[in-house]
Amino acid sequence: MGDFSAVALFRHALSGHRQWPAQWRSPDPKQSYDVVIVGGGGHGLATAYYLAKEHGPLRIAVLEKGWIGSGNTGRNTTIIRSNYLWEASAGIYDHALTLWRDLSSELNYNVMFSPRGVMMLAHSLHDEQVFKRHIHANRLAGVDNEWLTPQQAKDFCPVLDIDPDRRYPVIGAAFQRRGGVARHDAVAWGYARAADRLGVDIIQNCEVTAIDRGSDGAVRGLETSRGRIEGGRIGVVAAGNTSVIMEMAGVRMPIETYPLQALVSEPVKPIFPCVVMSNTVHAYISQSDKGELVIGASTDQYVSYSQTGGLHVTSHALEAVNEMFPMFRRLRMLRTWGGRVDVTVDRSPIIGKTPVPGLFVNCGWGTGGFKATPGSGHVFAATIANDEPHPLAAPFSLERFRTGEFIDEAAAAAVSH
Amino acid sequence: MLLIKCPYCDEDRPELEFHYEGEAHIARPPDPSTLNDEQWAEFLYVRSNSRGPHRERWRHLHGCGRFFNAARNTVTDKFIVTYKQGEHPAIDGDDVEPSP
Repeated sequence: MGDFSAVALFRHALSGHRQWPAQWRSPDPKQSYDVVIVGGGGHGLATAYYLAKEHGPLRIAVLEKGWIGSGNTGRNTTIIRSNYLWEASAGIYDHALTLWRDLSSELNYNVMFSPRGVMMLAHSLHDEQVFKRHIHANRLAGVDNEWLTPQQAKDFCPVLDIDPDRRYPVIGAAFQRRGGVARHDAVAWGYARAADRLGVDIIQNCEVTAIDRGSDGAVRGLETSRGRIEGGRIGVVAAGNTSVIMEMAGVRMPIETYPLQALVSEPVKPIFPCVVMSNTVHAYISQSDKGELVIGASTDQYVSYSQTGGLHVTSHALEAVNEMFPMFRRLRMLRTWGGRVDVTVDRSPIIGKTPVPGLFVNCGWGTGGFKATPGSGHVFAATIANDEPHPLAAPFSLERFRTGEFIDEAAAAAVSH
Repeated sequence: MLLIKCPYCDEDRPELEFHYEGEAHIARPPDPSTLNDEQWAEFLYVRSNSRGPHRERWRHLHGCGRFFNAARNTVTDKFIVTYKQGEHPAIDGDDVEPSP
């Protein structure tokens, strides 16, 4: 299959766009692979892509229970930023942000990455101190993040009301100009197509039911709904279902799965130029290229795999948005959805080896994994290929729960989950 | 929003009156100094995170204020049973040994 290009677009226009080939194959699973990735979301597909591109030749399969991108990859608010507090986080999230910039040309697929700026509003002295601490920490780590006065914030985002008499006045904002949004589905599709072109087998509707370990404890293969598959190395990238999959290999995980909801409004003309987040009133909002306002709510309080959440959680997010932007009060909401987020105690991911030889895990991205997709896949691929953590992934090991070397980003979440 | 039966008030009340308190029946080790790092980490951080029946603690924060336990199916979010501290009613598909 050829590259996407203006010439290809023109050529296919002559046949009424009816001759476009399938973007990836739908192969039957082979009997064995060198590496099997469990989970066909953005992170899993990115892992497969970078494995094939940088560590090949390897026989690689991605197993997905449903269809690719049907989990959190297709259920998020697509916000991309890297202004986390600690250096370990700056390392991996900024690595991702760097990869985002050239991702469309790298994959020959328009992922619609739009670095339109991510603005976090401060409403209190406490907010201001926390954000300024982040800004200084980011500057030391070489990550861009700047402080805006209310007027500067309004100059960039004119719909902001900076009246000091508001219930929650804007007293400033932390602003990352390189942050922004991308098209979530295109990220899954782009990585899938690029990985497929490098020979990766993407096997959908294939649910893993058991992980088989040899007498030495190492993984030997998997039982799936489409038969047994041998695999010398297995990478689990299953987001909310990580505990379930890891249990099959006898590994209990320090994570819990919560519902996280988001919603979109009816489409309107362009009005919202950047991403705005507010921790105090708890809302984050941006406008998609289709014109819908994309709004993030918080997690529900209980463990759940239901992919739905309480209506009071989404109502609360809307109240917050209306408090900040009263002009949206009459907008109708088109749809809401819930994802399953796997949360660790320090709100940082787990990337690396496990006590089981040959079994690797990439999980715990919690409420903010989309932004890290390229970086996560890149370092996880290197970790699997070398059987040793990539330097950027090393601090995020499963070991840290024993050693206590946490990367505490609980305060760094743009909104508290 | 969930409708939760507080076993002490013996009433179905909206979720907003309650606060979730995490997995239930995780007893604090009586003598932590005898544990190695592995066991201590297990106690502090490792959770069953069950897909299906899940034993968990709730607190009727804006009601009687008491802690109680519940079994809930995490796939449907339906409560199987709520029960007082010290009790441990058996439920289908759950083989958790009762502990204090």
